[in-house]
Amino acid sequence: MKIKSTEIVDTYAEAFKMWGSRIVITAATKQWADAAARSMTGFATSVIGCKCEAGIERELSTEETPDRRPGVSVLLFTPDKDSLGKRLVERVGQCVMTCPTTACFNGLDAEDTVVVGGQLRYFGDGFQISKKLNGRRLWRIPVMDGEFVVDESFSIQPAVGGGNILLLGKNLKTVLRAAKAATKAMREVEGIILPFPDGVVRSGSKVGSKYKSLIASTNDAYCPTLRGATASSIPEAANSVLEIVIDGLDVDAVSKAMRAGLHAAVKPGIKQITAGNYGGNLGQFKINLKDLVD
Amino acid sequence: MSLQLNLHTLPEVPLEAELLSPESTNGLDADAVAAINVQHGNEKAEVGDFFKVSGQGNGELQLEGDLSRIKYIGAAMQSGTVRIEGNVGAHLGAAMSGGEIHVHGNAADWVGPEMTGGRITVSGDAGHMVGSAYRGSTVGMQGGEIIIHGNARNEIGHAMRNGMIMIGGNCGDFAGVNMNAGTILVLGEPGIRAGAGMKRGSIVTMQQPELLPTFSYSCLYQPTFMRLFLQYAVTRGLPVQEEQLEGEYQRWCGDAVELNRGEILIFAG
Repeated sequence: MKIKSTEIVDTYAEAFKMWGSRIVITAATKQWADAAARSMTGFATSVIGCKCEAGIERELSTEETPDRRPGVSVLLFTPDKDSLGKRLVERVGQCVMTCPTTACFNGLDAEDTVVVGGQLRYFGDGFQISKKLNGRRLWRIPVMDGEFVVDESFSIQPAVGGGNILLLGKNLKTVLRAAKAATKAMREVEGIILPFPDGVVRSGSKVGSKYKSLIASTNDAYCPTLRGATASSIPEAANSVLEIVIDGLDVDAVSKAMRAGLHAAVKPGIKQITAGNYGGNLGQFKINLKDLVD
Repeated sequence: MSLQLNLHTLPEVPLEAELLSPESTNGLDADAVAAINVQHGNEKAEVGDFFKVSGQGNGELQLEGDLSRIKYIGAAMQSGTVRIEGNVGAHLGAAMSGGEIHVHGNAADWVGPEMTGGRITVSGDAGHMVGSAYRGSTVGMQGGEIIIHGNARNEIGHAMRNGMIMIGGNCGDFAGVNMNAGTILVLGEPGIRAGAGMKRGSIVTMQQPELLPTFSYSCLYQPTFMRLFLQYAVTRGLPVQEEQLEGEYQRWCGDAVELNRGEILIFAG
């Protein structure tokens, strides 16, 4: 398959079941909301080393937030239900509650919930105040700039992690430019995040390692420096590879983002676009690139 | 078709009609509803003695007329809707746990006493003891919402433990007396001794009340939660000003004769 001069490999991205949540952070200004969101989504690139994957979904206008202040929507994913609650408590507590003027609200409507504000309230040392509004319980935790308001519970839902595309180009500059265009297009899709730095990862991994203590190691098949030393998957004309990983609240959102990214990444010098998988043995979702070409 | 009751005979003395609720009339036809027993003063009477009944009970009850002598409408109701066109008597929605009551008119004393859930909306004024505990009881309203678009009289939210009371106009004295928790919002002017004996809970007023000396000033700030509550009040048709949403509030802690964990928030502009 080809789009313009770029070959689209007839393969699939192998994605995994995850659990996801949407966190709405508001603050007195857009800058403080953004500061909290950036803090909360820091060190959250991969569950392999960070226990969760998180990213900024989008900015929210004052009309879209519960308290009519500027806001940011964050998505956070973990491999299982139980750990999602723990990660939310840690990150809302350490990254949002600590940030001046913020408040933090549940942004999903789903059946399953985890207690977040109901755990963080103990920081109030007995001075915390519970408020119930239209069936929603909020906690007001006294802090040094006033009060931190947080929802008692956050909804969580089954989600999808590990959607991906790999961009193979003639040189690093070309691939960086394509990756930038792809991530920009992907961010227009609601319900997804790109958890790696600015949406792009260079250290794609394979399962396992020659070192027994490691569960993942460098994806040597796509390392251009190893073309002469390993069973390389890089075509001759390509000298640089970057990957974009997508997590989403459902497989449709991930597919939609992959489609947007794939088309945006097709540029002169991009020799091939492919996707990472594990032979279909690990993930629960297969997203075929051929379905995204049209 | 919902059940429609039109008052044709004004009761000479108070009529106790706690069976006029969506549950009690659900599935009943007009004749069966007309035969429901009510207490008229010290005599037994039937609904049909006072109301022309039409329709079929389907969880929605509509009453029309001057019901100011009819008490306990919607008492203990758990679900459904009661719509009242006209003034209504005391003990409206007493101890209700769910459903909605809408009054297009005024309500007498004891609106939603000891209610635990549901919503009562009164387009006009209400009497004393809105959402309060009955005399001798230590716990008033424990959940749900009471929204009075007009004024209310004394002791709103007496000993309330949870839930929310919103008053679009003024309220009388002793708002939130002995309050345990919950929220009282008064968009107009409150009377004296608000929050007397309160342990926890929030009383929010838009005009400076005469505070008891057992309340201590904490700070001037913008409480984020107020933005949520005031926006909610707007959705319920209450006259919230933009500056009240964006403005600062004085926070007073009290009542120091009790736990001192309650608060009175006063809009400061």
